[in-house]
Amino acid sequence: MSGHVELRPGAYADSVTLLQVSRAVQGVDGVAAAQVAMATPLNVEVLTQMGFDVPSDATPNDMVVAIRLAVDGSLEAALAGVDAALRDANRRTTEATDVAPHRTTATALRELDGGIVLVSVPGASALVEAMDALDAGRDVMIFSDNVPLPEELALKRCAAERGLLVMGPDCGTAVVGGLGLGFANAVEPGPVGIVAASGTGCQQLLALLSHAEVGVTSALGVGGRDLSTDVRGISTREAMRRLDADPAVELIVVVSKPPAADVADEIRAYAATLGTPVELALLGPGQPDLTAAAEAVLTRLGREVPRWPVTGRVAPATTGRFLRGLFVGGTLCDEAMLVAADALGPVRSNIPLSPDLALGPDLTAAAHTMVDFGDDALTAGRAHPMIDPTLRLDHLARTAADDDTAVVLLDLVLGHGTEPDPGAPLATTVAAIRQPVVIAVVGTDADPQDLDRQVRMLAEAGAEVHLSNAGASRRAIELTEGVR
Amino acid sequence: MSTAPRHVVTVGADLFADAVEAQATSVTRVDWRPPMPGTESDLARVAADPLRRDANDQALAAMLGVTATLVDVVPASKALDLAPGQFLHAGPPIAWDRASGPLRGALMGGAALEGLVDDPEAAAALFESGSNVSLEPCHHRHTVGPMAGVVTPSMWMFVLEDPATGRRTHCSLNEGLGKVLRYGAYSPDVLTRLRWMRDVLGPLLQRAVRAVRAGGGGVDVTGILTQMLQMGDEAHNRNRAGTLMLLRDLAPAMVTSGMDSADVAESLRFIGGNDHFFLNLAMPACKLALDAARDIDGSTMVVAMARNGTDFGIQVSGTGDEWFVGPAQVADGLYLGGYGPDDANPDIGDSAITETAGVGGFAMATAPAIVRLVGGSVPDALATTRRMHEITLGENPRWTVPVLEFQGVPTGIDVTRVCRTGILPQINTGMAGRVAGVGQVGAGLVNPPAEIFPMALARLAELARVRG
Repeated sequence: MSGHVELRPGAYADSVTLLQVSRAVQGVDGVAAAQVAMATPLNVEVLTQMGFDVPSDATPNDMVVAIRLAVDGSLEAALAGVDAALRDANRRTTEATDVAPHRTTATALRELDGGIVLVSVPGASALVEAMDALDAGRDVMIFSDNVPLPEELALKRCAAERGLLVMGPDCGTAVVGGLGLGFANAVEPGPVGIVAASGTGCQQLLALLSHAEVGVTSALGVGGRDLSTDVRGISTREAMRRLDADPAVELIVVVSKPPAADVADEIRAYAATLGTPVELALLGPGQPDLTAAAEAVLTRLGREVPRWPVTGRVAPATTGRFLRGLFVGGTLCDEAMLVAADALGPVRSNIPLSPDLALGPDLTAAAHTMVDFGDDALTAGRAHPMIDPTLRLDHLARTAADDDTAVVLLDLVLGHGTEPDPGAPLATTVAAIRQPVVIAVVGTDADPQDLDRQVRMLAEAGAEVHLSNAGASRRAIELTEGVR
Repeated sequence: MSTAPRHVVTVGADLFADAVEAQATSVTRVDWRPPMPGTESDLARVAADPLRRDANDQALAAMLGVTATLVDVVPASKALDLAPGQFLHAGPPIAWDRASGPLRGALMGGAALEGLVDDPEAAAALFESGSNVSLEPCHHRHTVGPMAGVVTPSMWMFVLEDPATGRRTHCSLNEGLGKVLRYGAYSPDVLTRLRWMRDVLGPLLQRAVRAVRAGGGGVDVTGILTQMLQMGDEAHNRNRAGTLMLLRDLAPAMVTSGMDSADVAESLRFIGGNDHFFLNLAMPACKLALDAARDIDGSTMVVAMARNGTDFGIQVSGTGDEWFVGPAQVADGLYLGGYGPDDANPDIGDSAITETAGVGGFAMATAPAIVRLVGGSVPDALATTRRMHEITLGENPRWTVPVLEFQGVPTGIDVTRVCRTGILPQINTGMAGRVAGVGQVGAGLVNPPAEIFPMALARLAELARVRG
């Protein structure tokens, strides 16, 4: 049952590449299950759950190859598949020269006199690469999470001294002058400039504004901790300053997960000093949700607020007691909890609104629950769930099998950088769920995944699909209340 | 911000690079790999050190600002105040009990040369007793020595000076290849040659160098290095063009020195027949430049790499005189005659100062003539020099490589980049026989032991932490 497990010390590939390698090996004839991953504690746990025995001396610097064969499978063929997939993954588009690629950001920047740096290495190494960008006088976006707070502060203070912008760490989304970085939706240029301490919050705004045919010039991410009492909005201020200086920007929108109250006041005071009007969309108890914020933006710009689209319709719950939200977007999860807490009472979560509501490591409780699968603790050494949906799909199947589950609330985020067809595996799982399923699909018409097709696929699988996450949350609450 | 960036450098997941390319924007992908095990937090600490960037700029500029002129040739007793019984050696500090065969052989030959013993074999007891003898690294006296690097008071030393500051460095005269003291040989012919160098070559070179200097300037060693790098020398294992240019500069003054013409002819023949003669000028020129970069708080630049045949040590600008030491490795390369890997001693000599300054193995691309000697190919040589740019702070605008479109040689080894990339400095080297008295057994390529770089990094991190 335990299958073949081997360690390859010194071998390394990033988590996204290894995901592709694992998928390729899973497709080899005679392979029942396969995982190729760096042996981080989280991955070892996943492998153990899959029934593999990982040697106890494995370290995060070792690559683990774990294969379980079908009855007629050949280990030799499977391992050949691993090697071929690793080789293919490393093959780059061939260039005219045979010069080896640069090994550090600093040396790559030597030959370039412009441009921006996008860092997505493991968190422990993010500062070093990002500092190379600052040393070369470049702005940097840090997608990496698990970056220690003191390192974030060191980077942002250094950038502030040099008039540079640090987007992140844990910055999922940015649009810089129309260029999407990280997980970004394809948007038209327009009068809005966004500063976002929240990746999926930003994406929700992009999706709603795009639906209302309002363009966005830039959306500058600053990382989820930027408006904390520790960081005090260092990057938020720099991003606001940049947008204020941009003549194309008529309205600045600042969107954030619940910020520290005094820092929110400081940002409000700073906003008052700018020539460009600022709309603050700071989530929190009693504050407007993201959809309301988008509507406020439209109103300030003198545009009409459209009806937010809903596709498909589900009937109220007939069994179970609890609402179960499973999210890939942290801010979407936050928003859903804020909406639900008012109507349903306490919601347990791995990113709880208050510490007493925290979920244990198994992410389950006999209560309303909302889980953010993009949280640092669930992405250490793994790709983000927008790239690797495995963890959420596994958990979704288990949630549906729980008799206490009354209604399932999900999100699906489209855009650059995310899976090419994320709706397909989700639709397959959703089709097998007997409880009502409500999904917020965050995307724009120009996104590479084809928003319409993704929505249709999920609706055909029996889900009710909303563009507004707040709308989806309210609907899910209503369906849950029906059964009570 | 309303215009999109012209270019994006991505480090990490390829997926994001693909997504940028899909938006018709050009991307440079960094081939990132995890750093040396256990170095992440020290790397972050040092990268975040507010002194680091300016300190490294300062260290690199100081080094590149130095020019070296050959201003004199004098015995070590005078140049270095070296007293009878005092011996200098290559590499980090070491005592007789841990000294390798070639270092012991060179010390024994040196003791005989100084008349401390009649027979070199008798010197072993002298060094074991430790009475009236002392060992000290060349580096501690503004000096460098190739291979064993043994310097005794009667040996004549090249004296190099930075005209801007008057700082000086020193190196002994090169004896040639094969059975020579610096490779640990001490047979009678070795000692005979050393005595001739003491009695004839040294005084003649002193007169010639002083005459050239009196005529205005002195021999421009940095200038010769600039030219020889364009002529197929990398200034560590190939110094042929440099040696001939030195002869060009000194020969007239040697001829008119008034010394016996047979001695002059013999000296010209000796220098012309020793392709490595200029090495002993390239090395102190490199040290003179690197010493200017010492002791800058926060700088992560390596200012010395040196081996004593047992240990390989580095010194770093931001950590003062501390040596970070690990076991010297055996070079990989070609062997002379019937010698093989079992006959070779681990890496020895101060000559890795050339690589520390950006030449030698770092300039391999400019010396295709010797790639086979060190067991490589021409593409390997180009790749080596390019790879060294990944671990260095900058380029030397003076010392350029024609085949790489006159790109400057990779200069200023950065401890943090070595730890980040795992790329170790590439050193071209000669190999000494393991047994005292054997001499040279081959030549090849060698790296420092990897662990000394994380050791230096940890110290830099600690100092950064203390500074707050």
